[in-house]
Amino acid sequence: MIQTLFGTVEKEPSLLERLKAGVEKTRSGLVSALDTAVHGRKEIDADVLDDIEYTLISADLGVRTTEEILTRIRDSAERHQLNDAGEIKGLIREQLLEILAASERAPARVEEPPAVVLVVGVNGSGKTTTIGKLAHRFKNEERSVLLCAADTFRAAAIEQLEIWGERTGSPVIRQSAGSDPSAVLFDSLNAARARKADYVIVDTAGRLQTKENLMAELQKMSRTARKVIPDAPHEVLLVLDATTGQNGLEQARKFTETSGVTGIVLAKLDGTAKGGIVVAIARELNLPIRYVGVGEKIDDLLPFDAEKFIASLFE
Amino acid sequence: MFDNLSEKLQRVFKNLRGEGKLTAENMESALREIRMALLEADVNFRVVKQLIENIKVKATGEEVLSALSPSQQVIKIVHEELIKILGSHESKLRFANESPTVFLIVGLQGSGKTTSTGKLARWLSKNGHRPQMVSVDVYRPAAREQLSVIGREIGQPVYPGAAEEKLPLDLARSARREAVNSGRDVLLVDTAGRLHIDDQLMTELQDLKGQLNPVEILFVADAMTGQDAVKSADEFHKRLGITGVILTKMDGDARGGAALSIRHVTGQPLKFVGVGEKFDALEPFHPDRAANRILGMGDILSFIEKAEEAIDKKQAFEMQRKLIENDFTLEDFRDQLRQIRKLGPLQNILGMMPKMGILKELKDAKVDEKEITHVVAIIDSMTPRERANHMIINGSRRRRIAKGSGTTVQEVNQLLKQYAQARKMMKSFSGGLLGRKMGKMKLPAGFPFGEMPKF
Repeated sequence: MIQTLFGTVEKEPSLLERLKAGVEKTRSGLVSALDTAVHGRKEIDADVLDDIEYTLISADLGVRTTEEILTRIRDSAERHQLNDAGEIKGLIREQLLEILAASERAPARVEEPPAVVLVVGVNGSGKTTTIGKLAHRFKNEERSVLLCAADTFRAAAIEQLEIWGERTGSPVIRQSAGSDPSAVLFDSLNAARARKADYVIVDTAGRLQTKENLMAELQKMSRTARKVIPDAPHEVLLVLDATTGQNGLEQARKFTETSGVTGIVLAKLDGTAKGGIVVAIARELNLPIRYVGVGEKIDDLLPFDAEKFIASLFE
Repeated sequence: MFDNLSEKLQRVFKNLRGEGKLTAENMESALREIRMALLEADVNFRVVKQLIENIKVKATGEEVLSALSPSQQVIKIVHEELIKILGSHESKLRFANESPTVFLIVGLQGSGKTTSTGKLARWLSKNGHRPQMVSVDVYRPAAREQLSVIGREIGQPVYPGAAEEKLPLDLARSARREAVNSGRDVLLVDTAGRLHIDDQLMTELQDLKGQLNPVEILFVADAMTGQDAVKSADEFHKRLGITGVILTKMDGDARGGAALSIRHVTGQPLKFVGVGEKFDALEPFHPDRAANRILGMGDILSFIEKAEEAIDKKQAFEMQRKLIENDFTLEDFRDQLRQIRKLGPLQNILGMMPKMGILKELKDAKVDEKEITHVVAIIDSMTPRERANHMIINGSRRRRIAKGSGTTVQEVNQLLKQYAQARKMMKSFSGGLLGRKMGKMKLPAGFPFGEMPKF
């Protein structure tokens, strides 16, 4: 079952296969590299640990998470729970699953539509594309979707969203470029109510998390949303580029502080052997991952499931 | 830019400061921390490994100078190694003998190609060139529209493409013809974002290269990229032979480790860094200055250049005289604030200051641009007499000023208090150094405008 804002829907039968295809790069980067690191070695010595450290750091897991994993390997080896370098992979798999599963959380159920999904992130992380794919996904769940073009800053952002609106058959509420994003949001929510839309997906302008005035703008948008729908936004998704390094942690931290992120979308995972930053985010900020983007096609956005995800990597 | 990395390294150096000399032991822990700092800044693992190895050899080898303290020694060594990786001086754009020179802008999705293309066109036009732009991104929705909007905004031409031109090659060729016809000397070709593993699109780029014979192939990289930066840069380099790198989004808190890694792996220089949302926020990259900044030595050179651009020398001189003679009125105060604003966002300027010593505290001074706007508004609402002599501003005048400027009496009071303090402090300035108090004070009184004319 897949949890949505309106309860559960049937799980996609081919999810594991599609995930596998999508994370092929990561599998070859992380898991195959681990295989190479322990291949033909029996003893767990400094060399093996060195190679493993290299592999984990290279996958953007971050120094802290990597150290933690290495400490566990060392401890287990000392206590003779781990006797063979070949067993290390299993231990790492276990730990990754543990971290990712610990932060998993179903979204809060929305009793009465419209459910408002605010999509935020730094410039170029893939927000608009993710929104297009999300709209497609919700449509397939037989829900009506309304898109809100609240990125009024970037050149042609509105046009880009409108193209996605056409592709997915979702109406787009827009104003002219440069207008107040909160005003567009206000209009959109009222329109969604009037048209009885199930979902409103709100596209916001990309912003670096250090720009305080822009972060304040997001807070204003949330306040505006609450004026129309008291418990909105129901979901705040932070779109993260899978190639992002340790800065991803800062992004997640600051966006959560200011706009109450409820979940992560890991975009562009198909292009990179990395994406380890989500492990660090799950571990340090306890934020669930909601979706992973695994390709350029409209249905290349898959729901995240820790167990399936790890399985697709390690099997 | 580089602030986080710089901060971490500072701590390492500080710890070494108490040591009498470099030993294997104290180096060990310092190196471990340097390594951690670099890895957390997303510098590539292999690059870090090599860097640490080099530092180790140098620090424990014969190059140790007894004249320096251990921390100075380590700073010197790290600095040398950083320069070795980053290169020692700015590498400028090259141009073809025959116009138009073609620049190909390539990179992964979302790295900032289109924005960088616009910024580069703007920079070129400011530096005596006549750029022409074209987007050959026929894939991403509204990508070409985006460049057109940017072109209109910065007032530089974008080749729109005819209805039947659907292929990147056709678009690029026509754009070149257009550039020749309209006497443009540089053609910027904004390409589609692609994953480095996308074979078909890479081939398309190779075709573009073959047809257009670009002088520069600029790889646009996101400063926030992690360990993957090396891989994608390397792949683009292998397929296309990139000639330089534009590192974008350096105005955030990204630690910029990618800058080190990409240079190290491709051997190609960083040519520009993107440092803001506006179209003039693109700066030539100075590796030596960046190394200084990473090590917390500040980037005074860039600061001076900026100041020279924005500040009227005569006015600055006049200001200095006034300060010395304690003739500094609220009007001068306002002018000074306006000049500072011309330098760009305050946070950027503070970032250029050396992090050692007293100025370090300034970093934590909360910079609120709005506050400056308010202060200027308050002073604007005063009568000339009030500006010349703040002593006459009594309660009813304060209420009027607050009303006129849309602020509160409290804010007016605060400003007057700060101004009085600043005046007092400037009086004691003749020694030159900033008082310790300044860093802790709120802007605007906390900003060292008294120091400005000296640069």
